[in-house]
Amino acid sequence: MTTSAFAAQGADLELVGIQKRFPGFTAIEHLDLKIPAGSFFALLGPSGCGKTTTLRLVAGLEEPTAGRILIGGKDITGQKPYQRPVNTVFQSYALFPHMTVLENVAFGLRRRRIDDPVAKAHEALRLVELDHLAARKPQQLSGGQQQRVALARAIVNRPALLLLDEPLGALDLKLRRQMQLELKTIQEEVGLTFLHVTHDQEEAMTMADTVAVMNKGRIEQMGAPEELYELPKTAFVANFLGQSNLFTGPVVGITSDAIAVAIAGQKIVVPAARAHRHTGEVTIGIRPEKLSLHLSAPADDHARNTMGPGRVIDVSFSGVSTQYLITVPHVGTLIVFAQNMAFGPVAEEGGEVWVSWDIKHGFGLEDEPADTPRFEADTTTRSIAAQRRASLITELEEV
Amino acid sequence: MKLSLGRWLLPVYAVLALLFLMVPIVYTFIFSFNDSQKSNITWRGFTLDKWLNVCNVQNGAVCEAFGNSLIIGAVATVAATALGTMIAIAIVRYRFRFRSGVSLLLFLPMATPEVVLGAGLAAQFLSVGVPKDMVTIILAHTMFCISFVVVTVKARVASLDPALEEAGRDLYGSPGQVFLRITFPLLLPGILAAALLSFALSFDDFIITNFNSGAVTTFPKYIYISASRGIPAEANVVASAVFILALVIVVSAQVSAAARAKRLAKSG
Repeated sequence: MTTSAFAAQGADLELVGIQKRFPGFTAIEHLDLKIPAGSFFALLGPSGCGKTTTLRLVAGLEEPTAGRILIGGKDITGQKPYQRPVNTVFQSYALFPHMTVLENVAFGLRRRRIDDPVAKAHEALRLVELDHLAARKPQQLSGGQQQRVALARAIVNRPALLLLDEPLGALDLKLRRQMQLELKTIQEEVGLTFLHVTHDQEEAMTMADTVAVMNKGRIEQMGAPEELYELPKTAFVANFLGQSNLFTGPVVGITSDAIAVAIAGQKIVVPAARAHRHTGEVTIGIRPEKLSLHLSAPADDHARNTMGPGRVIDVSFSGVSTQYLITVPHVGTLIVFAQNMAFGPVAEEGGEVWVSWDIKHGFGLEDEPADTPRFEADTTTRSIAAQRRASLITELEEV
Repeated sequence: MKLSLGRWLLPVYAVLALLFLMVPIVYTFIFSFNDSQKSNITWRGFTLDKWLNVCNVQNGAVCEAFGNSLIIGAVATVAATALGTMIAIAIVRYRFRFRSGVSLLLFLPMATPEVVLGAGLAAQFLSVGVPKDMVTIILAHTMFCISFVVVTVKARVASLDPALEEAGRDLYGSPGQVFLRITFPLLLPGILAAALLSFALSFDDFIITNFNSGAVTTFPKYIYISASRGIPAEANVVASAVFILALVIVVSAQVSAAARAKRLAKSG
């Protein structure tokens, strides 16, 4: 297979002051975004955050209320979808049911009167390893195969920008992971700019070079996946991208390289460089896997923050790790992920425990503490059940 | 005994019902070979004359009426299918003023008794001063066929995923190309069904036609008029020929569909 034939250059995408209003609601408040050529960019957010609207604006299927869209420095805001050097892999794949797989892939080439569309379509199908099914109709293919045809149909045109609208949403977990890898490989092979929209944070983190977390029509934070995960700027990002333990309290001490925050009477230290706010009420956080569990009060250590004692209210084993839910009086519920280094859980349900973490791992949020939730809206049934139980227990204790 | 009664009742009933439906058709077919003189009621012996000289009696009145019906049916079908398809797409795809009003008005020709519709149209043509001829018949047929086309095609448009057309536009198809290569082929089964329905409705319409035809004679009108003084065997010939043609078309469509399904199953 010769990838060189496909190695078209991707182009920069720039969104300047984009706003999109629909009758009755505003999908996008104000969006400025620059995606460098050749990168794999993910727009991550919950449903209704405006990410699909952003994609449709770039594709030309919607018109922005205000703002400009530039591809490779050229303003395309007023262009029709068929005039833009952009192709989309639709969420429903949108394969033409009355055409064969080959004709589907050749469709874009034929419309642009490119020489030898059939040979090029075969080449694209070989790239996704489906050339042997070229004569079939889309309905005769499995979901994963249809997905790959949709991908081939888009990349065969060598667009400056490839848009992916939750293309893996309809696949089962195993196939999804496989396709993630495949997409990433293909992106590296063809060197196009990919703009991928998804609500699956794991998908965004494993595939993209840069992730932008969107919420309510705005971009909350943008950066490399590790950066977003290790140093979230807002409570929304801290909770949407993985899970976080968040605490709010006043800053009680500050040095050149750290701030100290009083949480339920205990001093918690966060590196100054990792905290966005250095005065007043602040919200600080720590990722669950950074916490260590102790069955007795740990010795004082300047490099570590300690919290406790607390009570284990739930233990759930998930193979590689165990998740503990711990209530600490006046602080709330903490989540701890512990690697299963020994057989069986380390702490028993109902047992008394302390937690500690390396000072370097904490982070301080930019948000006003008032609108910061104490505990993230984790809606897995297990944590809902655990939270129910926690509230019942506190209720019983109060009586 | 009870059991065997239950076992026999349904087949007997089915055969009787089928006979009831088939006897007039078979009768018509058989009497197209009757060596009839003035009336075609008593059997006078077998002949192929009527089939071979179908257009030679009464100065070709049977054939002329049949030809008129074909022309009217074809023109009305084309007009109604084209207009109805456009209306159906507009109603499903676009939000415009009086959209629900248009939907409701389209149902009226189907709900109104044909006599009322025919008489009403005739009165309108009279007051406007349009002479009744082929044109008025075609207008009348187009009008009531549109309703059936819209209903048939609308269902097809509603089931069409808008993402398919968006994909077409995204893949460099201009609006015209997207319609020709994606929308139209995907709507085609619905459009064909609507066209067949229109033609059938137009071809055998008598009531509305009779009010608006003036001196023009269509095939149903010819039969109606000649029924009072004895239908010539040539009418039986035409009717039988239409029936056999329809039967051949339906059977061959079924056979080719079955063959295609078999081929798909084999390759799939």
